[in-house]
Amino acid sequence: MTNLDFEKPVSDIESRIADLKQMHPSPSSEIEAEIRKLKEDQIANLKRIYADLTPWQTVQVARHPDRPLIRDFIAGVCSEFIELHGDRLFGDDQGMIGGFATIGKHRVVLIGHQKGRTLEEKIKCNFGQACPEGYRKALRLMKLAEKYHLPVVSLIDTPGAFPGADAEERGQAEAIARNLMEMAALHTPIVVIITGEGGSGGAIGIGVGDTILMLSHAVYSVISPEGCASILWRDGTKAAEAANALKITAKSLLSLKVIDEIIPEPVGGAHRDYPSTMKVVGKSIERHLDKLSHTSTHKIVKRRFEKFAAMGRFK
Amino acid sequence: MGWFIKKQQPVAKPEPREDIWIQCPSCKAHIFKDEWEKDLKVCKECNYHERLTWKERVDILLDPKSFKEIASRISFNDPLKFSDAKGSYASKAAENRGKTGLNESIVTGTGKLHGVRVTVAVMDFRFLGGSLASGTGEKFLQAGMFALKHKQPFIVFSASGGARMHEGIISLMQMPKTCAVLARLREAKVPYISVMTDPTTGGVSASYAMVGDIHIAEPRALIGFAGRRVIEETIKQKLPDSFQTAEYLLAHGFVDIIVARKDMKDTLHRLMKYCSR
Ligand SMILES: [Zn+2]
Repeated sequence: MTNLDFEKPVSDIESRIADLKQMHPSPSSEIEAEIRKLKEDQIANLKRIYADLTPWQTVQVARHPDRPLIRDFIAGVCSEFIELHGDRLFGDDQGMIGGFATIGKHRVVLIGHQKGRTLEEKIKCNFGQACPEGYRKALRLMKLAEKYHLPVVSLIDTPGAFPGADAEERGQAEAIARNLMEMAALHTPIVVIITGEGGSGGAIGIGVGDTILMLSHAVYSVISPEGCASILWRDGTKAAEAANALKITAKSLLSLKVIDEIIPEPVGGAHRDYPSTMKVVGKSIERHLDKLSHTSTHKIVKRRFEKFAAMGRFK
Repeated sequence: MGWFIKKQQPVAKPEPREDIWIQCPSCKAHIFKDEWEKDLKVCKECNYHERLTWKERVDILLDPKSFKEIASRISFNDPLKFSDAKGSYASKAAENRGKTGLNESIVTGTGKLHGVRVTVAVMDFRFLGGSLASGTGEKFLQAGMFALKHKQPFIVFSASGGARMHEGIISLMQMPKTCAVLARLREAKVPYISVMTDPTTGGVSASYAMVGDIHIAEPRALIGFAGRRVIEETIKQKLPDSFQTAEYLLAHGFVDIIVARKDMKDTLHRLMKYCSR
């Protein structure tokens, strides 16, 4: 487990526990009690720290190297997943994956960004930055969902759409734009979950839905805090200030009515407890799919329009 | 997304008289002011199409005195109470309004184009770099709904550096918001023509600018998703000058026609004849 700077009290306790265990291969009841006490301490510390994360600390958690990724969610939430590949136009982007999936009693089409865990995977996935063919693959699968009236479940975790020359050449802007228009009118329910990083256009490119859920330590922003800091503060190191100003945490987004619900992560973040994370995410998706399945498609599409039409604060 | 594009500053040289001469922002050639105006601010040396104010655009485009503004009172707000190193967004936007007389980065309305009733939305780069934010999105939505209701072709002139950072996620949400109304136009078979002018980048290129029935670009306009510097840092290479130009997009299949400013009105009129039912 990689510990973050602000988790120092927790790391200290963890190393003390490790030391004790090493020094006492067959611990006395006294030592066991001490270890128990330390573990309680550790949890108390995690609770305290995570109850009050700053926006910039939340960014660190959302980008944590051990944070569950799409493959983990598929393994933990879906009883079946049949991956479908390619956009039928150019290629099979690994930065965006999708296919048929079963979640509880619901058969769905699941799409989402893939960041990759190992360095090799990350390079293959462009670190979760999808290319135009990724957005087009996602759209192809969403159209398939519409045809068979399967709900779409979209998992968002990306630093942003890939900013490469080849991505521009193949129409990154057009690919995202088209998804926005098609998703607005897609005649099947769409549940969106921001699981980690919701990076700008790359995120919204699969982020139009009827229910927008967000894990409690995920972030969602128009620009990365570093990017914003380097432009508006003219200093990339002012990312923490930019993160504050941009209002990127789940709590802020809920109050801005950009998301509908926060999925609470286990104590110390999703990366510390996959099983609990999967359970709560799975339950939440099922509950919303249940709800949407009782509403007519016509009404769903109408409400989706109204939902996004109402986004904005102007005078 | 959200970066601003700075206009290239004229090179500091002994200045010819400003009352007579204009310097082309692109090739730096000196051109008679009268000629510059007569050519609709297009450089006769390099064909650069200078950015226009919304008023200049409407005057070129619509029949005289036919323009009526829609949603004119909608103005920026400050949903995040945003402040950066240089101060508050509220004061920056207010200052911009003072300088430009604009409430937002877009002006929307209805008018006649060679006698055909159309709904138009014209972005103005002077207002915070034509950035897309709540007010922009709302005006766009209302204009789109007007076009839908009256079955008027909807013509949008984009000029934008992208989403406005100062309204954070709310700016990002204007991308699906604007595209949602365009989905309705499509369903009702109301024509939507997107005209990309210099520059059309970031969140505007990745939303309404790129989902037109027809994509028109002005010559040499900068059009693209990511910023040049970001791309160069990603690929560790210098990009050619031709990258992300209107001509580049035409060659790669994302623009239908490049239309010179002087031909814009007639071309739109000819196109619309094919887009009515
Ligand atoms: Zn010139």
